[in-house]
Amino acid sequence: MTKINDFVVRFANVNGTGSASANLLFAKSIFRMGIPVSPKNIFPSNIQGLPTWYEVRASEKGYLGRREGIDMVICVNPESMAKDIESVRPGGYFLYDSTKPLHQRYYREDINYTGIPLMALSAQYFHDPRQRQLFKNIIYVGALSKLLNIDFEVIEQLLSEQFRNKEKLISLNVQALKLGVEYVEENYSYPLDIRLEKRDLVKDKILIDGNAACGLGAVYGGATVVAWYPITPSTSVAEAFEKYAKKLRVDPETGKNKFAIVQAEDELAAIGMVIGANWNGARSFTATSGPGVSLMNEFLGLAYFAEIPTVLIDVQRGGPSTGMPTRTQQSDILAAAYASHGDTKHVLLIPSTPKECFEMTAQSFDLADRLQTPIILMNDLDLGMNDWMSDPFEWDDERKYDRGKVLSAEDLDKIEKFGRYLDVDDDGITYRTYPGTHPTKGSFFTRGTSKNEYAGYTEDGAAYERNMDRLIKKWETSKNYVPGPELYQEEKKSDEAILFFGTSKYAAEEALDLLAEEGIEIDAIRVKAFPFNQEVADFINSHEKVFVIEQNRDAQMRTLLMLELDAAPSKLISILNYNGMPITADLIKNQVCANLTVKNS
Amino acid sequence: MTYIKPEFRHPNLPVNEVGFTKKEYEGRISTLCAGCGHDSISAAIVQACYEMSIEPHRVAKLSGIGCSSKTPTYFLSNSHGFNSVHGRMPSVATGANLANRDLIYFGVSGDGDTASIGMGQFVHAIRRNLNMVYIVMNNGCYGLTKGQDSATADKGSMSKKGAPNPFAPIDLVSLALELEASFVAQSFSGDKGQLIPLIKAAMHHPGFSFINVMSPCVTFNNNKGSTKSYDFVRDHASSTSVLDFIPKKEEIKVDYEEGIQVKVAMHDGSYLSLHKLARDWNPLDWVSANEALIKARDRGEILTGLLYINPKSNPLHDTLKSSDKPLNTLKEKDLCPGSKKLEEINSSLR
Repeated sequence: MTKINDFVVRFANVNGTGSASANLLFAKSIFRMGIPVSPKNIFPSNIQGLPTWYEVRASEKGYLGRREGIDMVICVNPESMAKDIESVRPGGYFLYDSTKPLHQRYYREDINYTGIPLMALSAQYFHDPRQRQLFKNIIYVGALSKLLNIDFEVIEQLLSEQFRNKEKLISLNVQALKLGVEYVEENYSYPLDIRLEKRDLVKDKILIDGNAACGLGAVYGGATVVAWYPITPSTSVAEAFEKYAKKLRVDPETGKNKFAIVQAEDELAAIGMVIGANWNGARSFTATSGPGVSLMNEFLGLAYFAEIPTVLIDVQRGGPSTGMPTRTQQSDILAAAYASHGDTKHVLLIPSTPKECFEMTAQSFDLADRLQTPIILMNDLDLGMNDWMSDPFEWDDERKYDRGKVLSAEDLDKIEKFGRYLDVDDDGITYRTYPGTHPTKGSFFTRGTSKNEYAGYTEDGAAYERNMDRLIKKWETSKNYVPGPELYQEEKKSDEAILFFGTSKYAAEEALDLLAEEGIEIDAIRVKAFPFNQEVADFINSHEKVFVIEQNRDAQMRTLLMLELDAAPSKLISILNYNGMPITADLIKNQVCANLTVKNS
Repeated sequence: MTYIKPEFRHPNLPVNEVGFTKKEYEGRISTLCAGCGHDSISAAIVQACYEMSIEPHRVAKLSGIGCSSKTPTYFLSNSHGFNSVHGRMPSVATGANLANRDLIYFGVSGDGDTASIGMGQFVHAIRRNLNMVYIVMNNGCYGLTKGQDSATADKGSMSKKGAPNPFAPIDLVSLALELEASFVAQSFSGDKGQLIPLIKAAMHHPGFSFINVMSPCVTFNNNKGSTKSYDFVRDHASSTSVLDFIPKKEEIKVDYEEGIQVKVAMHDGSYLSLHKLARDWNPLDWVSANEALIKARDRGEILTGLLYINPKSNPLHDTLKSSDKPLNTLKEKDLCPGSKKLEEINSSLR
């Protein structure tokens, strides 16, 4: 049966061999043909020589989550070949480099083999060893264009954009593509029964990774001081900020930067710098992953207790400890929500798309200034490091930054006595001053120790309690500011529901369709922030059974719902995925079905 | 021992050029032990800021944790202060400085806060040549936790309980010099005449100014056999020079004897005038400063004064090419590229 615009192709490469750009060319060609596409890098924590995979899903229906069942593997890595052949679904395709014959043990009866002498073709036409290596990758893209029916003009166009004004490079690439095309034309029947057809389904969407969107969001959100320490998978957030800031934030007259970036000595220093800069009235952020969050705990407690705006982007990876540095998880939820000793809790924003990465990063600076507390953006490796088809970014030019409650010299002149921690407005949020504002008024001492309303050190239990209670009042206030959940139905239509967040969105939405095909219609909610606001509480209260979908072992979001909303544990059913690979719709559908079937029988 | 500091002010107290009395540079009453060296250093900071006519709110004072880190409460009440977490003052100061390059940053730390838990941040602040004054109030012990040896305690130095310290010390001055900190000085809390001009010079130096101040702990480390006691430091301190800080308005009229007087021009037109007590050392020469320090150590002397200065060093803001206007004053029009640019970016991603 021919399947149009519905396949998963997996490339098995050796890392450090230039396969990434060829694979991206393949994915982007599909995108340019107007077909929804989602590419994923499955890479090792290594620079050169280890197996790396790139999985591309094309979906007429617009599903961008990971799907089980690989239709075709393009294998240019002998090391992982046995495993790669295993991964092809029955009836699927295995494309390999046939420069050397395939060993008998690699033959399976139920799949199709497509041998293309990639190395031999490359060696025949290219002489430089590095070029041979690189163009081998382009040759398979050429072959795939025939086998899967990719519009050749689209690929040529992409190449000409990529190598603008470098005619020689363009023609070499086109030549390599044609080697693949011609080999297929001469040796195989094409296109295959899995193939592409041009559509107009992409519309105005863009293709970008979540980390780059965060970096851009920080530029738009007015961040000026960035301190960071390299760690996978968050490094590209700071790099993206630098790239965009250099393009958009350099004073054309003086050549000076309207930003400052420091690569810190460690994560502790990175968050310390962010706190120092925000204390002094600049917008500042850092980005890290789980191990960095662990190191930043002490400072997060300080920022919470001393009430200093702080923005932290956590691109989650597989934990605990060093864990799986290049695999995805949502396993920092509790560590972030309650980071640091003592009674602390932090505001979390949970984006699902690059557009939300952009918006929530920009918004986190407003929230941090408004609430004078750390705001932690819970990104993950899957969203952060993979390219996603996303709605385009938007910005309202009328938008003003919310700098929160900050007193100017004129304000200070008008008031009798400034109390840094005095709850004047009865919302738990107090007024601050920046250093250097007024010669004789408004100075105060910022400290991590207990203090009274006037920032004076105190060990008086009553004053301490008043302060801690005010922080809880502020926490309640914050519920009015954080983004509410996305509800998938206007009115309740089922007693059962699924609840999910972050990158589980894609698989969960697809699972809703799969369940509907089985005759199961259930409600759904996507949580976008912590603390949970009333809408989340109401949703859980109004359903008898809520499947909580998350990508960690310990059901951390479920725990948070139980702790913060008093949700009954018995009605919260966990659907968990924590093998480091993004969750799939099939997994969700199967577990929901299994649970509901048991109930019905 | 806490009591209310009198608010009374003598009506005829003299004011400095910016109209402030010295009282307006003071802090709250100290809660440190009577006779603590740290209080003398606080007083020296007050005196230096008053005499230099710095508006108090143009100073930000930062510290870590420990007895020394409590002192910012005891000077410059009209300045913002930040008592951060243990050993992490340098990073907070770095961020603060990046946000607003126009303030003067005072970092106050102790030997535990700098030489142990905060060693990493200390050396990296030096490496970046952050424009700040970094004072270590060095007493060789952990006072707030009742007198344990710190990493700067000399080997063999006797604790109050009579136990000799078995480990070699970390000499923060040698370390700062090795890392080419652009201003390295050492002093003694009991020598105000030396300390005040050093603080003034440090505030004017446009880079990382390190002052290690021997500041005896009267309660836990002032006993016989301790190498950080008042008596020991007084007996072993060897001053390299007599320093004078000369504001730019005052002309230097004295003719200096070559080799004895050194005049160092500061970036803002002011001068440091050094009257050298040791002939075989040049504070502008890194090798010579190192040599002097090593020889003094060999002789068992604590070399004090301005030991090294590089008046042409490149502070962090210059390295980063950050805007002359403080980053914390930039508004939407400076920072937000707007929707048109965003549409261009969208187009490039299709």
